Amino acid sequence: MAFELTVAEQALLDGKDGPAQQTAMSIVAQIAEVQGARKLLEITQAHIDATVYVGDAGLEFAERLAAQGAKVAVPSTLNVGAIDVHHWHEWAVPPEWASKALRQMQAYESMGTTPTWTCAPYQTVHRPKYGQHIAWGESNAALFANSVIGARTECYADMLDICCAIIGRVPATGLHLRANRAGNLLLQLIEIPRKVQEDDTFFTLLGYIMGRTAGNNIPVVEGLLTEPDDDSLKALAATSGSSGGIPMFHIIGVTPEAPTREAAFQGQSPEEILDITMEELRHAWDELTTADGAHLDMVVLGSPHLSIDEIKRLISMTEGKHAHPDVQFLVTTSRAVAHLAEQSGAMERLRTFGAKVTVDTCILTTPMLPEDVKVLMTNAGKFAYYIPGLLSRNVVFGGMEDCVRSAIEGRVHLEDRLWGK
Amino acid sequence: MGQVIYSRPVIPGQAEGNLLVSSEPLSFWGGYDQHSGEIIDRRHHLSGQNASGRILALPFTRGSSTTTTILVEAVRAGVAPAALISTGVDKFLALAAILANELYGHMLPVVALQADEFKELTSGIHAIICHDGTITLKTS
Repeated sequence: MAFELTVAEQALLDGKDGPAQQTAMSIVAQIAEVQGARKLLEITQAHIDATVYVGDAGLEFAERLAAQGAKVAVPSTLNVGAIDVHHWHEWAVPPEWASKALRQMQAYESMGTTPTWTCAPYQTVHRPKYGQHIAWGESNAALFANSVIGARTECYADMLDICCAIIGRVPATGLHLRANRAGNLLLQLIEIPRKVQEDDTFFTLLGYIMGRTAGNNIPVVEGLLTEPDDDSLKALAATSGSSGGIPMFHIIGVTPEAPTREAAFQGQSPEEILDITMEELRHAWDELTTADGAHLDMVVLGSPHLSIDEIKRLISMTEGKHAHPDVQFLVTTSRAVAHLAEQSGAMERLRTFGAKVTVDTCILTTPMLPEDVKVLMTNAGKFAYYIPGLLSRNVVFGGMEDCVRSAIEGRVHLEDRLWGK
Repeated sequence: MGQVIYSRPVIPGQAEGNLLVSSEPLSFWGGYDQHSGEIIDRRHHLSGQNASGRILALPFTRGSSTTTTILVEAVRAGVAPAALISTGVDKFLALAAILANELYGHMLPVVALQADEFKELTSGIHAIICHDGTITLKTS
C-alpha cells in the first residue's frame, strides 16, 4: 500500500466488521492506491447514485451488499431510481424492468439510507455546508456541491459511492484537497448583453459551452452581469456535467471559492484564456436541438428534478391555459417537492393544465416513454444532451416559456431572440 | 515487430486487439451500448463503431458518474473493450476494472499515456498490452 491505514481501517479490511465493510474497504483502498492517495478522510454525508438499475451487474452488486447486511456509516441520500415506484405502470415500463429496478432500490433502502430519490439533493434539507468532506455521486450533484456550495467531493462513480458511505471514508485525493480546486482556465464572457444573461436559457447554454471547451480543466467564468439563483447554477452544473467532464467551476464574484480572480486561481495565472461570445451561444443552441420542423409529441421539464421555485414559475405560465391534446406535458421532480406542490395547490393547477408528474426517476433512467413519442422539447440541457443517444429520439431545446407555449399550440414555437432562435 | 510505447499500468494486465482511438472524451452512459459495445453518442465522432473486444483509447471519460456501471455491465455481457488507454489516470475506468475483477474475476487492463504519446495511436492498428504497461503496435 502506498498509504497507511489506521487501525480501524485495517480492521475493516480484515473483515472484523463483517463482509460488506470488508468489500467496501477493499474497493476504496484499491482506488485510493490507483489515485495515489496517502490516506483516507472521514466524510459527513454521502449521496448514492448506484441506485439506478441499468443492468444486472449493478443489481447483483447491490443485492450482494444488502445480503451481507451492509449499513451506511454516515447520513446518505439516494439519487433517482429506475422507476417511479407508485406510478410506473401508468407508462410503458416493462414489468420485468420495474421488478428489477424496485429490487435495486429496496437493496439500497435496506442499508439505512434516506430515500430522497432525487438528482437534486442540494435542494433538500440534506444540503451540505461549505468545506465539508462528502461523497456524492451523480455529476450534476457533485458539480453543484463543489462549485456552488464549496463542499468537497469527487464526482464518485456508482458503486464507489456506496462503498465510501459504508466505511464513512474517502481517499484523500482530487477535489478533497484545496490545491486541486484552483481554476486553471479563464472563460471570458465577451459582449454578452445583460438581457441575454437574464434569459432563462443562458446558464444552460453557458454550461454546454463550458463542458465542451474546458475538457478536464477547472474553468473560471468572468464577466457575469447578473446574480444567478440556485436554479440557474443548477442548470449550469447539470449541462456542463453532460457535455463535458469538468471537475468543478468557479464564477468570479458568485461562487464561494472565487470572491476574486486571484482567489479562483489560487494566486496562479490562468493556463489558458478563452472567449465566449454570442456566436458560441447561438452555436450551443443549435447543437442542443436535433429535431427539424415544428412537430412535437412531448414537453419534458425536470433534469435535474424541478425545485419548488421552478414549479411556481411554471404555474405562473400555465395558469388558465391547457396543453394541446396532441402534446404530452411531463414534469419530473422529487417526492418531497411533489408533496409541497400538492399541499400548496400547485400540483392541482399543473394537472388542470394537462401536465403529468413523475417522481423518483426521470425519462433518462426509466423506459417510460411510449413508442409514439418521437420528438421531445425541453428547457433542460441534460435532457437535450442525452435524449438522442439514450432514447433514440429527437429533441428541441428552448426556454421554459418556449416549452409552455409550444405545448399549448401543439407545435414547436420558439420565440425569436436577438441571439438565439 | 513494431513500434513500442511505454504506458503507466493503472490496472495492470495483458490484452490484445485492434485499437479504436478517440481524440474526444466519451461518457459511457449514453455513449456506449452495454448490450453490443457500440458507441451510441450521436454527437461523438466514433458514433456507430463497435468497441467490444478492441483496445479503446480515450483521452478521458466525461460527464456522468454512471460510466463505471455501464462498463461493468458490458463486462458482464461480454461486450467490454479488451483494454482501455487514457491520458492520465481516469478514475471511472480504473474503478470499472477493479469492480470487474471484484465481481466477476474479469481482467480489464487500464493504462495511461502522456498526451503526446496518446496522439501517436491510430485506429485499426493491432496492439498488444503487457503487464508492465508496454504497448506493442503492429504497424505493418
